[in-house]
Amino acid sequence: MHQESAIREPLILGDKSYSDITNDVLRPIVGKADRSWYIVFGLASVMALWGIGCILYLLGTGIGTWGLNKTVGWAWDITNFVWWVGIGHAGTLISAVLLLFRQKWRMAINRSAEAMTIFAVMMAAVWPGIHMGRIWLAYFVFPLPNQFGSLWVNFNSPLLWDVFAISTYFSVSLVFWYIGLIPDFATIRDKVTQVVPKKVYSLLAFGWTGNAKAWNRFEEVSLVLAGLATPLVFSVHSIVSMDFATSVIPGWHTTIFPPYFVAGAVFSGFAMVNTLLIVMRKVLNLENYIHVKHIEYMNIVIIVTGSIVGVAYLTELFISWYSGVEYESYAFINRATGPYWWAYWSMMTCNVISPQVFWFKKLRTNITFTFFMSIIVNIGMWFERFVIIVTSLHRDYLPSSWTMFHPTFIDIGCFIGTIGIFFVLFLLFARFFPVLALNELKSILKSSGEAYKKQTLEH
Amino acid sequence: MADKVIYATYDDEQVLLRGAKDLVSKGIYIRDVYSPFPIHGLDPVIGVKHTRIAITAFIYGLIGLSLAVYGMYYFMIQDWPMNIGGKPNFTLIDNLPAFIPITFEFTVLLAAHGMALTYFLRNWTLPGVKARNPYPETTDDKFVMELHLHDNHDQTELELEEMLKATGTTRIEAR
Repeated sequence: MHQESAIREPLILGDKSYSDITNDVLRPIVGKADRSWYIVFGLASVMALWGIGCILYLLGTGIGTWGLNKTVGWAWDITNFVWWVGIGHAGTLISAVLLLFRQKWRMAINRSAEAMTIFAVMMAAVWPGIHMGRIWLAYFVFPLPNQFGSLWVNFNSPLLWDVFAISTYFSVSLVFWYIGLIPDFATIRDKVTQVVPKKVYSLLAFGWTGNAKAWNRFEEVSLVLAGLATPLVFSVHSIVSMDFATSVIPGWHTTIFPPYFVAGAVFSGFAMVNTLLIVMRKVLNLENYIHVKHIEYMNIVIIVTGSIVGVAYLTELFISWYSGVEYESYAFINRATGPYWWAYWSMMTCNVISPQVFWFKKLRTNITFTFFMSIIVNIGMWFERFVIIVTSLHRDYLPSSWTMFHPTFIDIGCFIGTIGIFFVLFLLFARFFPVLALNELKSILKSSGEAYKKQTLEH
Repeated sequence: MADKVIYATYDDEQVLLRGAKDLVSKGIYIRDVYSPFPIHGLDPVIGVKHTRIAITAFIYGLIGLSLAVYGMYYFMIQDWPMNIGGKPNFTLIDNLPAFIPITFEFTVLLAAHGMALTYFLRNWTLPGVKARNPYPETTDDKFVMELHLHDNHDQTELELEEMLKATGTTRIEAR
């Protein structure tokens, strides 16, 4: 058995046995939901319904119901798309990259982080979909034989790369998540007594047996999927950034975009994981599994990626001057001092300055403060995308077409709606799915459990 | 003579592992082990070979790579070459840099999904399949060793059960 130093902080607190882990995760599934769950679920449903209403109105009436104009052709839609894709980066990063690095702390958070990823990518996919206007022609993005020539999609276009990147990322993350879920569904299947849930979980568990060969394959498949998903995570946001970087718009046309977008994505993704897990651990009584140490590790990732983002902002600013291209310089002067200065400085404060407080151990181990900061980071990252997209567009080469972007009721409704749908999905997940990776946690109980660590100390 | 199966239950995976080593050294063949999580170090003891599923992922990946490159060659160069911004598509090699992202994505897509499907089929974990674990506790906190009388001709059922008892099992059942 793998031994771990007793000095290293335990990952599972309290005196837990294998069946305690099962029961702790099963309690919210077999028991009745909290009143707070119903309140939050109701609120999220209202937001979701409002959003769906706005989306239907948009599809019925047209993109003109958004605040877009002939100068600002991309605004909240693409901002929200990039924001959601960014949030969708933490889950697979946690489960894939941290698996390759053999980081055991990932085991308590990977399941819910992956769920968050999947739901966030779904919300991201909504945006280009509805931005097409005629969503019933969305299948045109795929190279399907047709009667127009045949006319194919343009494989030289980053927008098409994006289609492939997002769909690959979504489906691979989903499969990765589901393969991990199967043994845990089997645990629930064998544990629940009510007739209908037993049937449902039996179906979901795919007849998992847990014999030696199955586990052998399970571990290999997880490892190889992690190996495949790791470059995938980095490729997806790189490709998203190329939607901008390969254009010739000042402010977008920068080679720094791919790494800078990836760092930003991980940054916002971890912030969202913090937001969700800090609430979830409390409501579902999982404080022994997701505790301060986990949150501290995530905060460290936030400092690192936040600092990368900060360096990228400053590099961009310097290069815009150093390039000697006046249009490029103007794009950045306009960002910081133009009519959208408030967006730029919100972004700078939320993303660059505020995460630096996590250098203080007291603050990064404070759960309430972390929750507050995670919201700040998410706001900051939304502003980052808004700043990149809108401030680069609103003053183009022709001053007569300079304008501002004003979101309409539908813009706001669609955005709030995706947040609502996201939370509806996540709350359903937290209620009916095993929110911790049971089989993985059990395998580290003896090396990283608090009670077992004490035993080894005494010997 | 009909085959008889003996299930020996353990409360701890380390006890099972020691027991398995002990039994195998005495020439007993252990058919299978059911556990709630992977027991590291058990596979070589009971003779479970390392899976070759990673190789299949590589093969699926190669198929994805070739399909992607061939597809883009056909769409963009052979069937309908387009002149985009004065940069026409006439040869594959000139266009290859622009094709790399999709080649990569499609390789990963096929490698991951091909491997996942192979995994589901080889494990026979598919929607609607019935579970075959001997006890429901094996997915919670119990570890079960499966022995077939058929595999161990030199021992009688009683002898096998005696040997199992010596390894610290908590329950023995013959079916």
